[in-house]
Amino acid sequence: MIQVRGVTKRYGRVTAVEDLSFDVPDGRVTGFLGPNGSGKSTTMRIIVGLDRPDAGSALVDGRPYRDLPWPLREVGALLDARGFHPGRSARRHLQALARAGGLPASRVEEVLDLVGLGAVADRRAGTFSLGMGQRLGIAAALLGDPPTLLFDEPVNGLDPEGIRWVRTLLRRLAAEGRCVLVSSHLLAEMALTADHLVVVGRGRLVAETSMAAFLEQYAPARVRVASPEVDRLARAVLGAGGRVEPAGEGRIVVSGLHAAAIGELAHAEGVVLHELSPDQAGLEEAFLQTTAQAAEYRGGAA
Amino acid sequence: MNGPARSDGLLTGALRDAAGRRRAASPPSLGERLGRALAAEWTKFWSVRSTVVALSATVVLSLAIDALATATEAAHWHQQAPFSRLTFDPTSLSLTGLLFGQLALGVLGVLVVSAEHGTGTIRGTYLAVPQRWLVLVAKALVFGFVALVVGEVCAFAAFFLGQAILHGTTPTATLAQPGVLRAVAGGGLYLCVLGLLALGIGACVRHSAGAISTFVGVLFVLPLIDQALPSGLRDTAAKFLPATIGAAMTAVRLTPEQAGEAFSPWVGFGLLCAYAVAVGLLAAWLAERRDA
Repeated sequence: MIQVRGVTKRYGRVTAVEDLSFDVPDGRVTGFLGPNGSGKSTTMRIIVGLDRPDAGSALVDGRPYRDLPWPLREVGALLDARGFHPGRSARRHLQALARAGGLPASRVEEVLDLVGLGAVADRRAGTFSLGMGQRLGIAAALLGDPPTLLFDEPVNGLDPEGIRWVRTLLRRLAAEGRCVLVSSHLLAEMALTADHLVVVGRGRLVAETSMAAFLEQYAPARVRVASPEVDRLARAVLGAGGRVEPAGEGRIVVSGLHAAAIGELAHAEGVVLHELSPDQAGLEEAFLQTTAQAAEYRGGAA
Repeated sequence: MNGPARSDGLLTGALRDAAGRRRAASPPSLGERLGRALAAEWTKFWSVRSTVVALSATVVLSLAIDALATATEAAHWHQQAPFSRLTFDPTSLSLTGLLFGQLALGVLGVLVVSAEHGTGTIRGTYLAVPQRWLVLVAKALVFGFVALVVGEVCAFAAFFLGQAILHGTTPTATLAQPGVLRAVAGGGLYLCVLGLLALGIGACVRHSAGAISTFVGVLFVLPLIDQALPSGLRDTAAKFLPATIGAAMTAVRLTPEQAGEAFSPWVGFGLLCAYAVAVGLLAAWLAERRDA
């Protein structure tokens, strides 16, 4: 359980985070969502005691990070993709961390295997690809088998296979009852991973809600539909109160109805569907507009 | 928060008991924390190439410059004026190479801290040991120990090499003569404490290039500035320079001119230690206050 309470952080005259409060519960993946530069990384560094807030506090299981008796056994964090010396091997890097954290040396081999770096563990980490570097960072975060985990943009620079691996890992960690906070600037990525959302814009809280509720509230109900009998389906959609735009041969874009409702209509009408997909690009756009508006509105009021 | 027992990966391992529960651990004492930080710093210190390169450079520079200086002296001995012959200090001469060895060792001292900031490794270090002053103490102990060993090796090797080169041409020194052992061992001590001063500078400045420039400035630029001072002030100020302290510590006897502008070896050494401690305290204070 992470509790952020009224945190404000300024760098000179720039306010990176302003009066930010939210909770990160156990047993769920909490997405920390916001455009680049909205204060996500700063907040994460404050949670683990690397940066000092100008006001407010951040607690992990009720205590400031600095007061944790066994920090690595309690919190794991991936903060940047290149948090290691390029001349040091992955194994030595993890061994040093294990020694500092009072962890048995066998843990190093366990996490190396877990992230799939066992075969390259003795290579200089500077020769690693971005994806391997991320895996090393994840190995370091998992070293102490901690109940609380923070990942700052963990899928940045990963290939599709790596992205899927991270997604699965995050969900698994949460399913084991751990508290997992993952930042991203991509709503579509979060939609696939997170159950709970903390949305920030310009350092301020925009929303703290469940993923489903957020999508319900902010996503435009635009759904792409393809069907060999698209005209018959369009009539049914109009009859159910939806709006239809043609989108080429055998395709329409429906607004005002959710994908599930359209699927049920198609079933009732006996129409075959070839595609039924919520408009992700539109989702991303709506999210960016929402965060920008929220931030400007509050910025203007201040 | 205990997960259910499973055999497929994360919920097993060295930190779990047979039922898959986290093993409890009582809060570590300060001594345990320091011991862990020392072990981590030792591992980090020896697992990068720059350590071996810099330590080798320290030894090679010390001995090479020492050989050059003593060989030159031996070659020109017959031309030396009687006064120069009278005040000739074969021990001090054989330790001149340390003036160059100190550069390489100092750069390593700087890098022990600044490289962590440059690469971002410091965040992992602070995540594992949030007590930043403890990290600094551990770094200073690990580096100081190695610097002392390497410094003494350089000093004694340079001394014996230098005396061997001078042998047969000029007067030579032996460790049994008064003040000689103090000067040779003092050379190693000087290297060690100067390296710790460099480490402190690295921790204050955090950027490798800036910290190395500052260190080189303290060693070589401050004496130049001193030369530009009015003569009355110049001698007083010169006493406080690390380079002057080093020269006095490695000399068996000072020329009357030198004696006027230097502290005695042990007073100078105490002053150098005070510099290192002061910079170290500043570094610890800054580390606790600054964002990592």
